[in-house]
Amino acid sequence: MRRMSVPEKLAVNKYDLDEGHPHIEVHEEVCREKCPDLACLFVCPANVYSEVNGKIVADWAGCLECGTCKVACPSDALYWVYPRGGFGVVYRSG
Amino acid sequence: MADEKFDVIVVGAGVAGSTAAYLLAKQGLEVVLIERGPYPGSKNLSGGVLYGKVLHQVIPNYWEEAPVERAINNQVVTFMTEDASFNIDFKTQAFNRPPYNAFTVLRAKFDRWLAGKAEEAGAMLVPGIKVDKVLKEGDRVVGVIAGEEEMLAGVVIAADGANSFLAQEAGLRGKLPTDQVAVGVKELIGLPRETIEERFHLNGSEGTAYSIVGFATRGVAGGGFLYTNLDSLSVGLVIRLDDLLEAKLKPADIFEEFLQHPMVAALTKDGKLLEYGAHLVPEGGLEMMPRIFTDGMLLAGDAAGLGVNNGFVVRGMDLAIGSAIAAAETVVEAKAKGDFSARALGAYQTKLDGSFVMADMRTYARTPRFFQKERLYKTYPAMLADLMTQIYTQEAQPKEHVMTMARTSAKDCQVSLLDLARDMLDGARAL
Repeated sequence: MRRMSVPEKLAVNKYDLDEGHPHIEVHEEVCREKCPDLACLFVCPANVYSEVNGKIVADWAGCLECGTCKVACPSDALYWVYPRGGFGVVYRSG
Repeated sequence: MADEKFDVIVVGAGVAGSTAAYLLAKQGLEVVLIERGPYPGSKNLSGGVLYGKVLHQVIPNYWEEAPVERAINNQVVTFMTEDASFNIDFKTQAFNRPPYNAFTVLRAKFDRWLAGKAEEAGAMLVPGIKVDKVLKEGDRVVGVIAGEEEMLAGVVIAADGANSFLAQEAGLRGKLPTDQVAVGVKELIGLPRETIEERFHLNGSEGTAYSIVGFATRGVAGGGFLYTNLDSLSVGLVIRLDDLLEAKLKPADIFEEFLQHPMVAALTKDGKLLEYGAHLVPEGGLEMMPRIFTDGMLLAGDAAGLGVNNGFVVRGMDLAIGSAIAAAETVVEAKAKGDFSARALGAYQTKLDGSFVMADMRTYARTPRFFQKERLYKTYPAMLADLMTQIYTQEAQPKEHVMTMARTSAKDCQVSLLDLARDMLDGARAL
Protein backbone atom coordinates (compact mmCIF):
# COMPACT_ATOMS: atom_id res chain seq x y z
CA MET A 1 0.00 0.00 0.00
CA ARG A 2 1.19 3.50 -0.73
CA ARG A 3 2.39 5.70 2.09
CA MET A 4 -0.35 7.76 3.69
CA SER A 5 -0.09 10.77 5.96
CA VAL A 6 -1.91 10.90 9.29
CA PRO A 7 -4.49 13.45 8.04
CA GLU A 8 -5.21 11.17 5.06
CA LYS A 9 -5.73 8.25 7.43
CA LEU A 10 -8.00 10.25 9.75
CA ALA A 11 -10.04 11.36 6.75
CA VAL A 12 -11.10 7.73 6.24
CA ASN A 13 -12.63 7.63 9.75
CA LYS A 14 -16.10 8.68 10.79
CA TYR A 15 -16.45 11.47 13.35
CA ASP A 16 -19.49 13.16 14.84
CA LEU A 17 -17.96 16.52 15.56
CA ASP A 18 -19.24 18.39 18.63
CA GLU A 19 -18.69 21.83 17.17
CA GLY A 20 -17.96 24.53 19.69
CA HIS A 21 -17.27 22.04 22.48
CA PRO A 22 -13.56 21.22 22.51
CA HIS A 23 -12.79 18.27 24.78
CA ILE A 24 -9.07 19.12 24.94
CA GLU A 25 -7.42 22.28 26.20
CA VAL A 26 -3.71 22.96 26.51
CA HIS A 27 -2.56 25.14 29.38
CA GLU A 28 0.38 26.67 27.55
CA GLU A 29 1.82 28.49 30.51
CA VAL A 30 2.23 25.17 32.39
CA CYS A 31 3.96 23.54 29.38
CA ARG A 32 6.46 26.37 29.07
CA GLU A 33 7.21 26.37 32.74
CA LYS A 34 7.28 22.69 33.61
CA CYS A 35 7.61 20.46 30.57
CA PRO A 36 11.02 20.05 28.92
CA ASP A 37 10.05 17.35 26.41
CA LEU A 38 6.63 18.49 25.19
CA ALA A 39 5.68 14.83 24.89
CA CYS A 40 2.24 15.64 23.47
CA LEU A 41 3.90 16.83 20.26
CA PHE A 42 5.07 13.31 19.42
CA VAL A 43 3.13 10.66 21.41
CA CYS A 44 -0.28 11.29 19.87
CA PRO A 45 -1.13 8.69 17.17
CA ALA A 46 -3.43 11.21 15.51
CA ASN A 47 -0.90 14.07 15.64
CA VAL A 48 -3.52 16.22 17.36
CA TYR A 49 -0.89 18.50 18.91
CA SER A 50 1.32 20.89 17.02
CA GLU A 51 3.27 24.06 17.57
CA VAL A 52 1.79 27.05 15.78
CA ASN A 53 3.58 30.39 16.13
CA GLY A 54 5.37 29.07 19.18
CA LYS A 55 2.16 27.94 20.87
CA ILE A 56 0.96 24.38 21.39
CA VAL A 57 -2.45 23.90 19.86
CA ALA A 58 -4.74 20.88 19.90
CA ASP A 59 -6.64 20.05 16.73
CA TRP A 60 -9.12 18.06 18.82
CA ALA A 61 -11.47 17.18 15.96
CA GLY A 62 -9.17 14.34 14.83
CA CYS A 63 -8.71 12.86 18.32
CA LEU A 64 -8.98 9.05 18.49
CA GLU A 65 -9.76 9.27 22.23
CA CYS A 66 -6.99 6.87 23.28
CA GLY A 67 -5.81 9.01 26.21
CA THR A 68 -2.08 8.52 25.52
CA CYS A 69 -1.36 12.27 25.75
CA LYS A 70 -3.04 12.53 29.11
CA VAL A 71 -0.90 9.72 30.55
CA ALA A 72 2.27 11.06 28.89
CA CYS A 73 1.81 14.68 30.04
CA PRO A 74 4.06 15.05 33.09
CA SER A 75 2.75 18.40 34.23
CA ASP A 76 -1.04 18.18 34.14
CA ALA A 77 -1.05 20.89 31.50
CA LEU A 78 -3.74 19.06 29.55
CA TYR A 79 -7.42 19.28 30.18
CA TRP A 80 -8.47 16.10 28.42
CA VAL A 81 -11.86 14.44 28.77
CA TYR A 82 -13.91 12.26 26.47
CA PRO A 83 -16.17 14.20 24.09
CA ARG A 84 -19.78 14.60 25.17
CA GLY A 85 -21.94 11.50 24.81
CA GLY A 86 -22.53 10.46 21.21
CA PHE A 87 -19.80 12.73 19.80
CA GLY A 88 -16.23 12.17 18.66
CA VAL A 89 -14.71 9.28 16.73
CA VAL A 90 -17.20 6.58 15.70
CA TYR A 91 -15.51 3.29 14.92
CA ARG A 92 -17.45 1.43 12.27
CA SER A 93 -15.29 -1.68 12.59
CA GLY A 94 -13.06 -1.25 15.63
CA MET B 1 -34.65 9.14 36.05
CA ALA B 2 -33.35 10.77 39.21
CA ASP B 3 -36.00 9.30 41.49
CA GLU B 4 -35.64 5.81 40.17
CA LYS B 5 -33.04 3.57 41.70
CA PHE B 6 -31.56 0.67 39.78
CA ASP B 7 -29.96 -2.40 41.25
CA VAL B 8 -26.91 -1.94 39.05
CA ILE B 9 -25.48 0.73 36.77
CA VAL B 10 -22.87 -0.66 34.39
CA VAL B 11 -20.69 2.02 32.81
CA GLY B 12 -19.29 1.02 29.43
CA ALA B 13 -20.80 -1.45 26.94
CA GLY B 14 -17.58 -3.22 26.01
CA VAL B 15 -17.12 -6.94 26.54
CA ALA B 16 -16.78 -6.62 30.34
CA GLY B 17 -19.76 -4.30 30.77
CA SER B 18 -22.12 -6.09 28.42
CA THR B 19 -21.26 -9.53 29.82
CA ALA B 20 -21.89 -8.30 33.38
CA ALA B 21 -25.16 -6.63 32.33
CA TYR B 22 -26.27 -9.78 30.51
CA LEU B 23 -25.61 -12.06 33.49
CA LEU B 24 -27.20 -9.67 35.99
CA ALA B 25 -30.32 -9.09 33.89
CA LYS B 26 -30.69 -12.83 33.45
CA GLN B 27 -30.78 -13.14 37.23
CA GLY B 28 -33.65 -10.68 37.30
CA LEU B 29 -31.77 -7.62 38.54
CA GLU B 30 -32.66 -4.17 37.24
CA VAL B 31 -29.67 -3.17 35.19
CA VAL B 32 -28.90 -0.06 33.18
CA LEU B 33 -25.97 -0.25 30.76
CA ILE B 34 -24.57 3.17 29.86
CA GLU B 35 -22.40 3.69 26.79
CA ARG B 36 -20.84 7.01 25.79
CA GLY B 37 -20.63 6.13 22.08
CA PRO B 38 -23.62 6.35 19.75
CA TYR B 39 -23.74 2.53 19.81
CA PRO B 40 -21.84 -0.17 21.74
CA GLY B 41 -18.43 -0.77 20.20
CA SER B 42 -18.22 2.63 18.51
CA LYS B 43 -15.45 3.71 20.90
CA ASN B 44 -13.79 0.33 21.18
CA LEU B 45 -10.74 -0.97 19.45
CA SER B 46 -8.77 -4.11 20.07
CA GLY B 47 -6.08 -6.00 18.23
CA GLY B 48 -8.95 -8.27 17.53
CA VAL B 49 -8.29 -11.82 18.74
CA LEU B 50 -10.85 -13.11 21.23
CA TYR B 51 -9.85 -16.25 23.13
CA GLY B 52 -13.48 -17.20 23.47
CA LYS B 53 -13.70 -20.35 25.61
CA VAL B 54 -14.87 -18.27 28.57
CA LEU B 55 -17.59 -16.66 26.43
CA HIS B 56 -18.75 -20.17 25.50
CA GLN B 57 -19.45 -20.67 29.24
CA VAL B 58 -21.62 -17.54 29.30
CA ILE B 59 -23.31 -17.93 25.91
CA PRO B 60 -22.93 -21.54 24.75
CA ASN B 61 -22.01 -21.89 21.06
CA TYR B 62 -21.74 -18.11 20.80
CA TRP B 63 -19.98 -18.45 17.42
CA GLU B 64 -23.23 -19.60 15.84
CA GLU B 65 -24.81 -16.20 16.38
CA ALA B 66 -22.02 -13.72 17.18
CA PRO B 67 -20.43 -11.70 14.38
CA VAL B 68 -17.04 -13.44 14.55
CA GLU B 69 -14.60 -13.17 11.66
CA ARG B 70 -12.17 -16.10 11.40
CA ALA B 71 -11.31 -19.04 13.67
CA ILE B 72 -7.63 -18.49 14.39
CA ASN B 73 -5.85 -21.79 13.89
CA ASN B 74 -2.57 -20.47 12.51
CA GLN B 75 -0.39 -18.61 15.04
CA VAL B 76 2.87 -17.07 13.88
CA VAL B 77 5.61 -15.34 15.87
CA THR B 78 7.90 -13.20 13.73
CA PHE B 79 11.31 -11.80 14.66
CA MET B 80 11.80 -8.89 12.32
CA THR B 81 14.78 -6.83 11.22
CA GLU B 82 14.90 -4.12 8.59
CA ASP B 83 15.19 -6.62 5.76
CA ALA B 84 14.66 -10.05 7.28
CA SER B 85 11.98 -11.96 9.12
CA PHE B 86 12.21 -15.24 11.02
CA ASN B 87 8.90 -17.01 11.71
CA ILE B 88 7.73 -19.64 14.13
CA ASP B 89 4.60 -20.82 12.38
CA PHE B 90 2.09 -23.14 14.02
CA LYS B 91 -1.14 -24.41 12.50
CA THR B 92 -3.59 -26.95 13.87
CA GLN B 93 -7.06 -28.16 12.95
CA ALA B 94 -7.73 -28.64 16.66
CA PHE B 95 -8.31 -24.85 16.85
CA ASN B 96 -10.73 -25.01 13.94
CA ARG B 97 -13.36 -27.12 15.67
CA PRO B 98 -15.98 -26.22 18.31
CA PRO B 99 -15.56 -24.82 20.91
CA TYR B 100 -12.76 -23.06 18.94
CA ASN B 101 -9.71 -21.55 20.60
CA ALA B 102 -9.91 -18.00 19.28
CA PHE B 103 -11.71 -15.82 16.75
CA THR B 104 -10.87 -12.51 15.22
CA VAL B 105 -13.60 -9.99 15.95
CA LEU B 106 -14.31 -6.40 14.94
CA ARG B 107 -15.43 -4.63 18.08
CA ALA B 108 -17.98 -2.26 16.55
CA LYS B 109 -19.90 -5.31 15.33
CA PHE B 110 -19.12 -7.73 18.12
CA ASP B 111 -19.81 -5.39 21.05
CA ARG B 112 -23.07 -4.32 19.48
CA TRP B 113 -24.14 -7.94 19.36
CA LEU B 114 -23.09 -8.63 22.96
CA ALA B 115 -24.87 -5.51 24.26
CA GLY B 116 -27.91 -6.71 22.30
CA LYS B 117 -27.78 -9.97 24.26
CA ALA B 118 -27.79 -7.95 27.50
CA GLU B 119 -30.81 -6.02 26.23
CA GLU B 120 -32.63 -9.23 25.29
CA ALA B 121 -31.98 -10.49 28.81
CA GLY B 122 -33.69 -7.37 30.16
CA ALA B 123 -30.93 -4.80 30.69
CA MET B 124 -31.69 -1.23 29.69
CA LEU B 125 -29.10 -0.02 27.21
CA VAL B 126 -28.54 3.74 27.15
CA PRO B 127 -26.09 4.76 24.41
CA GLY B 128 -24.84 8.27 23.68
CA ILE B 129 -24.53 9.22 27.35
CA LYS B 130 -21.20 10.00 28.96
CA VAL B 131 -20.90 9.40 32.68
CA ASP B 132 -18.94 12.34 34.05
CA LYS B 133 -18.58 11.35 37.67
CA VAL B 134 -19.49 8.86 40.32
CA LEU B 135 -22.14 10.06 42.74
CA LYS B 136 -21.05 9.68 46.34
CA GLU B 137 -22.62 9.83 49.76
CA GLY B 138 -19.64 10.23 52.05
CA ASP B 139 -17.15 7.64 50.80
CA ARG B 140 -19.82 5.40 49.38
CA VAL B 141 -20.60 5.29 45.65
CA VAL B 142 -24.37 5.52 45.23
CA GLY B 143 -24.71 6.19 41.52
CA VAL B 144 -23.37 8.24 38.63
CA ILE B 145 -23.63 11.76 37.29
CA ALA B 146 -24.09 12.33 33.57
CA GLY B 147 -24.41 16.00 32.62
CA GLU B 148 -27.19 17.43 34.77
CA GLU B 149 -28.59 14.05 35.56
CA GLU B 150 -28.01 11.88 38.59
CA MET B 151 -28.75 8.16 38.49
CA LEU B 152 -28.87 6.03 41.60
CA ALA B 153 -28.01 2.37 42.02
CA GLY B 154 -27.14 -0.17 44.67
CA VAL B 155 -23.86 -0.77 42.92
CA VAL B 156 -21.90 0.70 40.00
CA ILE B 157 -19.77 -1.56 37.81
CA ALA B 158 -17.12 0.60 36.16
CA ALA B 159 -16.22 -1.11 32.89
CA ASP B 160 -15.10 2.15 31.34
CA GLY B 161 -11.87 0.99 29.79
CA ALA B 162 -8.13 1.41 30.20
CA ASN B 163 -8.38 5.12 31.07
CA SER B 164 -11.09 4.45 33.70
CA PHE B 165 -11.63 7.95 34.98
CA LEU B 166 -14.27 6.48 37.31
CA ALA B 167 -11.68 4.28 39.05
CA GLN B 168 -9.46 7.33 39.54
CA GLU B 169 -12.32 9.39 40.82
CA ALA B 170 -13.52 6.75 43.24
CA GLY B 171 -9.99 6.75 44.66
CA LEU B 172 -9.24 3.18 43.56
CA ARG B 173 -6.10 4.27 41.78
CA GLY B 174 -4.06 7.30 40.84
CA LYS B 175 -2.97 8.61 37.48
CA LEU B 176 -1.72 5.84 35.17
CA PRO B 177 2.08 5.57 35.14
CA THR B 178 3.78 5.57 31.72
CA ASP B 179 5.52 2.23 32.32
CA GLN B 180 2.23 0.43 32.82
CA VAL B 181 0.43 1.29 29.61
CA ALA B 182 1.08 0.92 25.93
CA VAL B 183 -0.38 2.82 23.02
CA GLY B 184 -2.04 0.63 20.42
CA VAL B 185 -2.42 1.83 16.85
CA LYS B 186 -4.27 -0.14 14.23
CA GLU B 187 -5.32 -0.01 10.62
CA LEU B 188 -8.12 -2.04 9.20
CA ILE B 189 -7.17 -2.91 5.64
CA GLY B 190 -9.81 -4.19 3.25
CA LEU B 191 -9.03 -7.04 0.83
CA PRO B 192 -11.27 -9.46 -1.03
CA ARG B 193 -12.01 -12.63 0.90
CA GLU B 194 -10.48 -14.87 -1.79
CA THR B 195 -7.26 -12.83 -1.80
CA ILE B 196 -6.89 -13.25 1.95
CA GLU B 197 -7.54 -16.99 1.77
CA GLU B 198 -4.99 -17.45 -1.04
CA ARG B 199 -2.38 -15.18 0.49
CA PHE B 200 -2.50 -16.77 3.94
CA HIS B 201 -3.20 -20.35 2.74
CA LEU B 202 -6.54 -20.49 4.52
CA ASN B 203 -9.37 -22.92 3.93
CA GLY B 204 -12.82 -21.40 4.43
CA SER B 205 -13.02 -19.38 7.62
CA GLU B 206 -9.63 -20.43 9.04
CA GLY B 207 -7.52 -17.52 10.21
CA THR B 208 -3.94 -16.44 10.88
CA ALA B 209 -2.56 -14.28 13.68
CA TYR B 210 0.98 -12.85 13.60
CA SER B 211 2.81 -11.41 16.63
CA ILE B 212 5.83 -9.49 15.44
CA VAL B 213 8.81 -8.33 17.49
CA GLY B 214 11.90 -6.27 16.62
CA PHE B 215 11.97 -3.82 13.72
CA ALA B 216 8.15 -3.64 13.87
CA THR B 217 8.53 -1.04 16.64
CA ARG B 218 11.98 0.24 15.55
CA GLY B 219 13.42 -1.43 18.63
CA VAL B 220 11.08 0.41 21.00
CA ALA B 221 9.52 -1.94 23.58
CA GLY B 222 6.37 -3.45 22.15
CA GLY B 223 5.33 -5.45 19.15
CA GLY B 224 3.31 -5.66 16.01
CA PHE B 225 0.33 -7.76 15.03
CA LEU B 226 -1.42 -8.76 11.86
CA TYR B 227 -4.69 -10.65 12.04
CA THR B 228 -6.94 -11.95 9.29
CA ASN B 229 -10.64 -11.06 9.33
CA LEU B 230 -13.14 -12.33 6.75
CA ASP B 231 -12.48 -9.61 4.19
CA SER B 232 -10.00 -7.36 5.96
CA LEU B 233 -6.73 -7.43 7.89
CA SER B 234 -6.18 -5.87 11.32
CA VAL B 235 -2.61 -4.57 11.34
CA GLY B 236 -1.15 -2.69 14.24
CA LEU B 237 1.46 -1.96 16.86
CA VAL B 238 1.41 -1.90 20.63
CA ILE B 239 4.17 0.38 21.94
CA ARG B 240 5.10 0.79 25.61
CA LEU B 241 4.65 4.42 26.52
CA ASP B 242 7.70 4.89 28.76
CA ASP B 243 9.98 3.59 26.03
CA LEU B 244 8.26 5.67 23.36
CA LEU B 245 8.79 8.78 25.49
CA GLU B 246 12.47 7.94 25.77
CA ALA B 247 12.83 7.30 22.03
CA LYS B 248 10.87 10.48 21.23
CA LEU B 249 9.36 8.82 18.17
CA LYS B 250 5.89 9.33 16.76
CA PRO B 251 3.72 6.19 16.86
CA ALA B 252 2.25 7.07 13.48
CA ASP B 253 5.75 7.25 11.94
CA ILE B 254 6.87 3.92 13.44
CA PHE B 255 3.61 2.42 12.21
CA GLU B 256 4.00 3.71 8.66
CA GLU B 257 7.55 2.23 8.49
CA PHE B 258 6.15 -1.08 9.75
CA LEU B 259 3.51 -1.03 7.00
CA GLN B 260 6.24 -0.44 4.42
CA HIS B 261 8.37 -3.38 5.64
CA PRO B 262 8.68 -5.91 2.78
CA MET B 263 6.93 -8.65 4.77
CA VAL B 264 3.98 -6.47 5.81
CA ALA B 265 3.82 -4.74 2.42
CA ALA B 266 3.49 -8.10 0.66
CA LEU B 267 0.76 -9.30 3.02
CA THR B 268 -1.26 -6.08 2.70
CA LYS B 269 -0.61 -5.47 -1.03
CA ASP B 270 -3.51 -3.86 -2.94
CA GLY B 271 -5.40 -3.40 0.32
CA LYS B 272 -7.53 -0.36 1.03
CA LEU B 273 -7.46 1.52 4.33
CA LEU B 274 -10.90 1.25 5.94
CA GLU B 275 -10.20 2.66 9.39
CA TYR B 276 -7.36 4.06 11.51
CA GLY B 277 -7.62 3.83 15.27
CA ALA B 278 -5.73 4.06 18.54
CA HIS B 279 -6.35 2.80 22.03
CA LEU B 280 -4.57 2.54 25.34
CA VAL B 281 -3.57 -0.97 26.47
CA PRO B 282 -3.04 -1.95 30.14
CA GLU B 283 0.38 -3.62 30.14
CA GLY B 284 1.51 -3.43 33.74
CA GLY B 285 0.21 -6.88 34.65
CA LEU B 286 -0.38 -7.83 38.24
CA GLU B 287 1.62 -4.86 39.55
CA MET B 288 -0.61 -2.24 37.97
CA MET B 289 -3.88 -3.66 39.20
CA PRO B 290 -5.80 -1.10 41.22
CA ARG B 291 -8.02 -1.99 44.14
CA ILE B 292 -11.00 -3.46 42.30
CA PHE B 293 -13.81 -2.79 44.75
CA THR B 294 -15.01 -0.15 47.16
CA ASP B 295 -18.28 0.73 48.85
CA GLY B 296 -20.88 0.56 46.09
CA MET B 297 -18.52 0.02 43.16
CA LEU B 298 -16.57 -2.68 41.28
CA LEU B 299 -14.07 -2.44 38.39
CA ALA B 300 -14.09 -4.89 35.48
CA GLY B 301 -12.07 -5.48 32.31
CA ASP B 302 -9.44 -2.95 31.17
CA ALA B 303 -10.57 -0.62 33.96
CA ALA B 304 -9.28 -3.22 36.41
CA GLY B 305 -5.97 -3.34 34.51
CA LEU B 306 -6.53 -6.89 33.27
CA GLY B 307 -4.21 -7.84 30.43
CA VAL B 308 -1.78 -10.63 29.62
CA ASN B 309 0.91 -10.37 26.98
CA ASN B 310 3.42 -13.21 26.88
CA GLY B 311 4.80 -12.42 23.44
CA PHE B 312 2.86 -15.26 21.80
CA VAL B 313 -0.63 -14.13 22.70
CA VAL B 314 -2.03 -10.77 23.76
CA ARG B 315 -5.18 -11.16 25.82
CA GLY B 316 -7.68 -8.76 27.31
CA MET B 317 -11.19 -9.55 26.17
CA ASP B 318 -11.30 -13.05 27.71
CA LEU B 319 -10.03 -11.65 31.02
CA ALA B 320 -12.66 -8.93 30.79
CA ILE B 321 -15.38 -11.58 30.41
CA GLY B 322 -13.90 -13.58 33.30
CA SER B 323 -13.96 -10.50 35.52
CA ALA B 324 -17.54 -9.75 34.48
CA ILE B 325 -18.62 -13.24 35.55
CA ALA B 326 -17.04 -12.77 38.99
CA ALA B 327 -18.51 -9.26 39.30
CA ALA B 328 -22.01 -10.42 38.35
CA GLU B 329 -21.93 -13.32 40.85
CA THR B 330 -20.78 -10.94 43.57
CA VAL B 331 -23.52 -8.42 42.84
CA VAL B 332 -26.24 -11.10 42.76
CA GLU B 333 -25.15 -12.29 46.22
CA ALA B 334 -24.83 -8.75 47.54
CA LYS B 335 -28.32 -7.93 46.29
CA ALA B 336 -29.73 -11.03 48.03
CA LYS B 337 -28.18 -9.82 51.29
CA GLY B 338 -29.13 -6.22 50.61
CA ASP B 339 -25.53 -5.24 51.33
CA PHE B 340 -23.40 -3.39 48.76
CA SER B 341 -20.71 -2.31 51.21
CA ALA B 342 -17.02 -2.88 50.46
CA ARG B 343 -17.17 -5.75 52.94
CA ALA B 344 -19.81 -7.58 50.89
CA LEU B 345 -18.30 -6.62 47.54
CA GLY B 346 -14.92 -7.94 48.72
CA ALA B 347 -16.22 -11.33 47.57
CA TYR B 348 -15.39 -10.08 44.05
CA GLN B 349 -11.68 -10.15 44.86
CA THR B 350 -11.98 -13.67 46.28
CA LYS B 351 -13.91 -14.94 43.27
CA LEU B 352 -11.53 -13.30 40.81
CA ASP B 353 -8.50 -14.65 42.73
CA GLY B 354 -9.98 -18.13 42.43
CA SER B 355 -10.67 -17.83 38.69
CA PHE B 356 -8.47 -18.28 35.62
CA VAL B 357 -8.24 -14.49 35.39
CA MET B 358 -6.03 -13.95 38.43
CA ALA B 359 -4.34 -17.33 37.99
CA ASP B 360 -3.09 -16.09 34.62
CA MET B 361 -2.26 -12.62 35.95
CA ARG B 362 -0.11 -14.33 38.61
CA THR B 363 1.44 -16.82 36.17
CA TYR B 364 2.52 -13.98 33.92
CA ALA B 365 3.34 -11.52 36.71
CA ARG B 366 7.00 -11.49 35.68
CA THR B 367 6.39 -10.92 31.97
CA PRO B 368 6.01 -7.12 32.03
CA ARG B 369 9.48 -6.87 33.63
CA PHE B 370 10.93 -9.43 31.25
CA PHE B 371 9.57 -7.42 28.35
CA GLN B 372 11.49 -4.39 29.59
CA LYS B 373 14.70 -5.99 28.29
CA GLU B 374 15.97 -3.90 25.44
CA ARG B 375 17.77 -6.85 23.87
CA LEU B 376 14.43 -8.45 23.00
CA TYR B 377 13.54 -5.67 20.60
CA LYS B 378 16.93 -4.50 19.42
CA THR B 379 19.38 -7.38 19.58
CA TYR B 380 17.78 -10.80 19.35
CA PRO B 381 15.81 -10.29 16.12
CA ALA B 382 19.05 -9.07 14.50
CA MET B 383 20.96 -12.01 15.94
CA LEU B 384 18.46 -14.52 14.63
CA ALA B 385 18.43 -12.92 11.19
CA ASP B 386 22.23 -12.95 11.17
CA LEU B 387 22.35 -16.62 12.15
CA MET B 388 19.75 -17.69 9.57
CA THR B 389 21.56 -15.70 6.89
CA GLN B 390 24.79 -17.51 7.77
CA ILE B 391 23.08 -20.91 7.78
CA TYR B 392 21.54 -20.44 4.36
CA THR B 393 24.42 -18.57 2.71
CA GLN B 394 26.43 -20.87 0.46
CA GLU B 395 29.85 -19.49 -0.46
CA ALA B 396 32.39 -21.30 -2.61
CA GLN B 397 34.30 -22.36 0.50
CA PRO B 398 33.87 -24.79 3.39
CA LYS B 399 31.06 -23.99 5.85
CA GLU B 400 31.37 -23.60 9.59
CA HIS B 401 29.47 -25.69 12.10
CA VAL B 402 26.09 -24.20 13.11
CA MET B 403 27.23 -23.71 16.72
CA THR B 404 30.24 -21.72 15.53
CA MET B 405 27.91 -19.57 13.44
CA ALA B 406 25.67 -19.03 16.48
CA ARG B 407 28.65 -17.85 18.52
CA THR B 408 29.66 -15.53 15.69
CA SER B 409 26.13 -14.06 15.51
CA ALA B 410 26.09 -13.46 19.25
CA LYS B 411 29.52 -11.80 19.04
CA ASP B 412 28.52 -9.69 16.04
CA CYS B 413 25.48 -8.46 17.92
CA GLN B 414 27.53 -7.84 21.07
CA VAL B 415 25.65 -10.30 23.23
CA SER B 416 27.71 -12.13 25.81
CA LEU B 417 26.88 -15.79 26.35
CA LEU B 418 26.19 -14.90 29.97
CA ASP B 419 23.56 -12.29 28.94
CA LEU B 420 22.03 -14.81 26.57
CA ALA B 421 21.86 -17.50 29.25
CA ARG B 422 20.42 -15.06 31.77
CA ASP B 423 17.77 -13.81 29.34
CA MET B 424 16.81 -17.35 28.40
CA LEU B 425 16.42 -18.27 32.05
CA ASP B 426 14.41 -15.11 32.80
CA GLY B 427 12.32 -15.78 29.71
CA ALA B 428 11.58 -19.33 30.81
CA ARG B 429 10.53 -18.04 34.23
CA ALA B 430 8.46 -15.16 32.87
CA LEU B 431 6.59 -17.15 30.24
